Amino acid sequence: MPETATALRELTFGEAIREALAEELRRDPRVVLLGEDVAEAGTAFKVLKGLVEEFGKDRVIDTPISEPGFTGLAVGAAMTGMRPVVDIMFGDFMALIMDQVANQAAKVHYMSGGKWKVPLVIRTTMGATRRSAAQHSQSLHAWPSHIPGLKVVVPSTPYDAKGLLKAAIRDDNPVVFFEDKISYAKVKGPVPAGDYTVPIGVADVKRLGRDITLVATSSMVQVALGAATMLEEVGISAEVVDPRTMWPLDETTLVESVRKTSRAMVVDEGYYRYGVTGEIASVIAENAFYDLDGPVRRLGARHVPVPFSPVLEDATVPTERDVFELARKMCNR
Amino acid sequence: MTTATRQAAAGLDVETLLRMYRQMAAIRLFEERVSDLYTRALMPGLAHLYIGEEAVAVGICEALRPDDYLTSTHRGHGHCLAKGAAPHLMFAELLGKEAGYCKGKGGSMHIADPATGNLGANAIVGGGAGIATGAAFSSKWLGTGRVAVCFFGEGALGQGVLYETMNLAQLWKLPVIYACENNLYNEYTHCSETTAGDMLARPAALGIAAERVDGQDVREVHAAASAIVERARRGEGPGFLLLDTYRYRGHHVGDVAREYYRPKQEEQRWMSERDPIALHGDWLVSEGLADRAALERIQSEVASEMDAAVEFAVKAPYPDPSTVDEDVYA
Ligand SMILES: Cc1ncc(C[n+]2csc(CCOP(=O)(O)OP(=O)(O)O)c2C)c(N)n1
Repeated sequence: MPETATALRELTFGEAIREALAEELRRDPRVVLLGEDVAEAGTAFKVLKGLVEEFGKDRVIDTPISEPGFTGLAVGAAMTGMRPVVDIMFGDFMALIMDQVANQAAKVHYMSGGKWKVPLVIRTTMGATRRSAAQHSQSLHAWPSHIPGLKVVVPSTPYDAKGLLKAAIRDDNPVVFFEDKISYAKVKGPVPAGDYTVPIGVADVKRLGRDITLVATSSMVQVALGAATMLEEVGISAEVVDPRTMWPLDETTLVESVRKTSRAMVVDEGYYRYGVTGEIASVIAENAFYDLDGPVRRLGARHVPVPFSPVLEDATVPTERDVFELARKMCNR
Repeated sequence: MTTATRQAAAGLDVETLLRMYRQMAAIRLFEERVSDLYTRALMPGLAHLYIGEEAVAVGICEALRPDDYLTSTHRGHGHCLAKGAAPHLMFAELLGKEAGYCKGKGGSMHIADPATGNLGANAIVGGGAGIATGAAFSSKWLGTGRVAVCFFGEGALGQGVLYETMNLAQLWKLPVIYACENNLYNEYTHCSETTAGDMLARPAALGIAAERVDGQDVREVHAAASAIVERARRGEGPGFLLLDTYRYRGHHVGDVAREYYRPKQEEQRWMSERDPIALHGDWLVSEGLADRAALERIQSEVASEMDAAVEFAVKAPYPDPSTVDEDVYA
């Protein structure tokens, strides 16, 4: 842990994000927050509660319900001296802003021969099981990860969330930052009170193990850790690796873990097809093929629009039991 | 035209006037039960109540043919009911049951029903603009004479797709009505902080026939809607209604502490002075078209109907989990 980071407190995932934003707003006058109901309401998830009281409405700015408009504005503001942090309430609304993100923000630096920079952060959410149905439940972090020029961050713990968000705000590139809605209040963990960053592009081994590597992202890290505890009881030692950023992707840490354990499963809450699990599985297969005892296996969100009814929705997201059972099969136990 | 002559021209017989009262009461009592189910944790997800805005949906839908189309919003229960949805199938959907309108797949924000022309409620603000305009395009192309109504809150005035589709509709004289329900708040932010200029100047800039209407006066809504719907049906182009209204409750049921964004007195004023059901009821009595007892009878009939609908939904089974993979493709 960096020396400047002092006292550790238990914070929720949401509190850690608020603290990162507050510290960056204090540190750098060019940082502004833009989004729907970010000021007095503190967002629909109340994550930004209190920030407008400290920083005022010039820094914590309520927008109309115009996602493509204020995201595009933030791209231009980022190019010309500010460091905007845009709040996109639901990850599903990535669909509305994708032109500004993929065709504008991602391309500006390259197309200008490296002359313009876009130090922009887009914070948005992901994760199902809130009974919010098909247009408010998707985990679309694979989308921006597909586009060269964007960095994509998917933190799973309060510590990582604070450190990575500060790193994202200080980065000179557009960064899309996905926050799991369920984790906001549910996931708690130690967070230093002071300033620190977590570098973008470095994975973290969340649990050491010998028999199988569970590569898990965002919401699925807790699921993988839960499964690892269950596996322990049947004598299987699972290592849990959290890439923390989709791009840049820390291939070295992933591959090293798999070389050691010789088995790999990738668990992610995005859609199973054409997504994160496929990409990570192929990285492992390409780099650790001869160390593997069997094919890399994947668990992702079922390839259906997220249904409303609890009995249906629960069948769409990987659970601890799903991970446990598949891991057992892979270890022949 | 004066208000009275226009209302007369809209052909408001006693039967229609009483039906409008009943429909508004039905929406109110439906929503009160939604609130109750939600608070008792029987309803999953989110519940955005239409209480206070009933005259808008009822006044407009009473001006439509059964085969006319509508698109609705996250605050959509009132639109669906006013267009003829059956309460028991709505409640079943809200509780995620197999018998619901969408087999439990859609929930509160996504009620859809081809039989009543309901193209679907939408949880994307402004998400219905393309669909409603497209339904008007097909009506014109296929010569069906159907009109499409696009319901949306004033918050959707922030969405670019609305202006793109309104432009298309006016260029191609499509039979679509844009019904902007101005209840003053985009979630927790007053519309004056999100909307520059004059709301009605937006359709006016495109040459779209537009009118501001008292959304708490069901007869006035009905008269304005009848005129603009028939105009659209005649092929004279789209219309835009700006309906002044108010949601009595929170943005959703859990939005209880609201003082930081809107004063209690404001809520009280709308409820006591501008309640659409009370206003219409009083008018029916003062015109001698109904007495208090008749109105109370309507209320209690609707209440038992709603209780039976809730009971149906609570008892109805959940879908089989295996159905999760059905309906992804046609
Ligand atoms: C594109 C989009 N952005 C944001 C949201 C989140 N959201 C849901 S309802 C709402 C406010 C809508 O206000 P308005 O359109 O006036 O309708 P009302 O709730 O007042 O009926 C917002 C911002 C959304 N559903 N879709």
